[in-house]
Amino acid sequence: MRAMTQVAVPHIETSGKPALSAATFLAIVKQDCPTCVFVMPVLRQIEELIAPLGGTLEVHVQDDMGFAAGFSHARDDTALATSYRYNIEALPTLIRLKDGQEEARAVGWRRSEWEAITGISELGEGLPAYRPGCGSKTTEPGMPARLKVKYGNTGLASRRIEVPALADPVEACYERGWTDGLPVVPPTEERVLEMLDGTTRSPREVIGMMPPNLVPCTVEKVAINAVMAGCRPEYMPVVLTAVEAALMPAFGLHGVLATTNACTPVIMVNGPIARTIGMNAKGNVFGQGNRANAAIGRTLQLVVRNVGGGRPGEIDRSVFGSPAKYSFCFAEDEDDPRWDSYAVSLGYSPKASTVTIFPGDGITQTIDHVSRRPEDLCRSYAGCIRAIYNTGHVIGVQAFLAVGREHAIVFYEAGWSKEQVKQELDGLLKIPVRELVPGRAGLSGLTAEEKADPDHLIPKFKNGTFNVIRAGGNAGKYSAIISSIGGRGSIEPATREIR
Amino acid sequence: MPDNILLDPTAETAPAIQSRLARPPSISGKTIGLFDIAKMRGDEFLDRLGELLTARGHMVKRYRKKHFTHLAPVELKQQIKSECDLVIEGLAD
Repeated sequence: MRAMTQVAVPHIETSGKPALSAATFLAIVKQDCPTCVFVMPVLRQIEELIAPLGGTLEVHVQDDMGFAAGFSHARDDTALATSYRYNIEALPTLIRLKDGQEEARAVGWRRSEWEAITGISELGEGLPAYRPGCGSKTTEPGMPARLKVKYGNTGLASRRIEVPALADPVEACYERGWTDGLPVVPPTEERVLEMLDGTTRSPREVIGMMPPNLVPCTVEKVAINAVMAGCRPEYMPVVLTAVEAALMPAFGLHGVLATTNACTPVIMVNGPIARTIGMNAKGNVFGQGNRANAAIGRTLQLVVRNVGGGRPGEIDRSVFGSPAKYSFCFAEDEDDPRWDSYAVSLGYSPKASTVTIFPGDGITQTIDHVSRRPEDLCRSYAGCIRAIYNTGHVIGVQAFLAVGREHAIVFYEAGWSKEQVKQELDGLLKIPVRELVPGRAGLSGLTAEEKADPDHLIPKFKNGTFNVIRAGGNAGKYSAIISSIGGRGSIEPATREIR
Repeated sequence: MPDNILLDPTAETAPAIQSRLARPPSISGKTIGLFDIAKMRGDEFLDRLGELLTARGHMVKRYRKKHFTHLAPVELKQQIKSECDLVIEGLAD
């Protein structure tokens, strides 16, 4: 084996190869890369051979300049400008330039490639023929977006707001009225670029017209608000679909946000994506603590506030509001195959991921620690469901009943489907006309014939929808009602598949 | 990461540079706070303003912080905000 320094008379091929005398090479390396350490003697060999011919080797170092000590053209690339310009992904990378333009490159160490690029044979005598490279610092977490902002064109269209140097960006977001009352993550260009990595859709794509001001809502605006709400990029498909679902005419978003009622958009996710992004369908399902649930729901609220201009005290005329107006988002529990999920019951494939949006005020629990027969449990539910808004309120009311695990077992063991539970409750929730309350919520929605007969039975959900879903922790004989105003033709649940 | 350039999350209908609060079209019927930051002779200026405003029938309230080199305590700012519609602050001597 010959030592490197003994490669005194290498064979320099010139036929069919660039004239070495005119060649300029760039080598991008870092000390924290065993393959780079391994090829440094080769780079010295190249420099020694091409320098007398007028060739140049620039050695760009991403970390410690001392690594390139002794080279005639050592370059500090700790700011990664050259690495970004040449889109370096792994190290070492050797590039041959011609008239300032890249002509060829080799990534990692493969002797045959390096020899082809340099036109020098017998390079790295004694070294293995191949060794893979290491990751470039340009690929470290957060770095691609940072470098794109620093050296490239982000393509982002939104207005830039400069926060004074000593001011706190979090406070600046408050001062501009961008928050829901809780702190938001300042939407820097880097963070927004990273958020947009979560979708293949163009930032310029208009998702729809966001009420109340009917402003074009772009993917970019959603991404900015997703940053502020605390999302991770992988939530973006769910977030974008939730915004699309909220804008479906059936849902009636303008009405939901403008009403004096406390209701707010509730987001329910079905299908494999819920598990993929770590959503909670089990214990404390409607509560705090799960990032995906919290941030996805909050994003929709921030989009409504910031893009649509729907703010409390302005278009939002809610008398009480609800903690649910910060965020209300969850996944249906699909782990037990004995019940179809909500999406499957609508006809979607179990492999499809969907977002359903429906209005909700918050939750009311219904407790029954005793019933062991499905009929008894349904009677227990019925009293609670009938009381939504008022025991005599049958018009413009809708609800989702989230059946807890221990209650679901009662139905599973009796062989009852979700649909059977719903049918049983429909039968129990028929209210005689004499018990209805007059006014908007009661008799005004009835026909003259119905009003004439005090014994006529009116369904609790006369024009609103009622659905049964599965969610919640494993222990405890509870179910939960998510109720709201709503009726067919005004505010209805809307479902959309995630693409 | 430069944290001082933010992307606007809104429909961008409001000006990028926030404007000052609009001045009231009239001070009639407003309670006016005179805030003395304890800088020398600021009290003389505010006393005279107080006389002129009171003579014209306006409600005037006086406030003073302990020393001009100290920030006004939050409680004092909250008190002024809760008791006054407008405030005139003497900033320099």
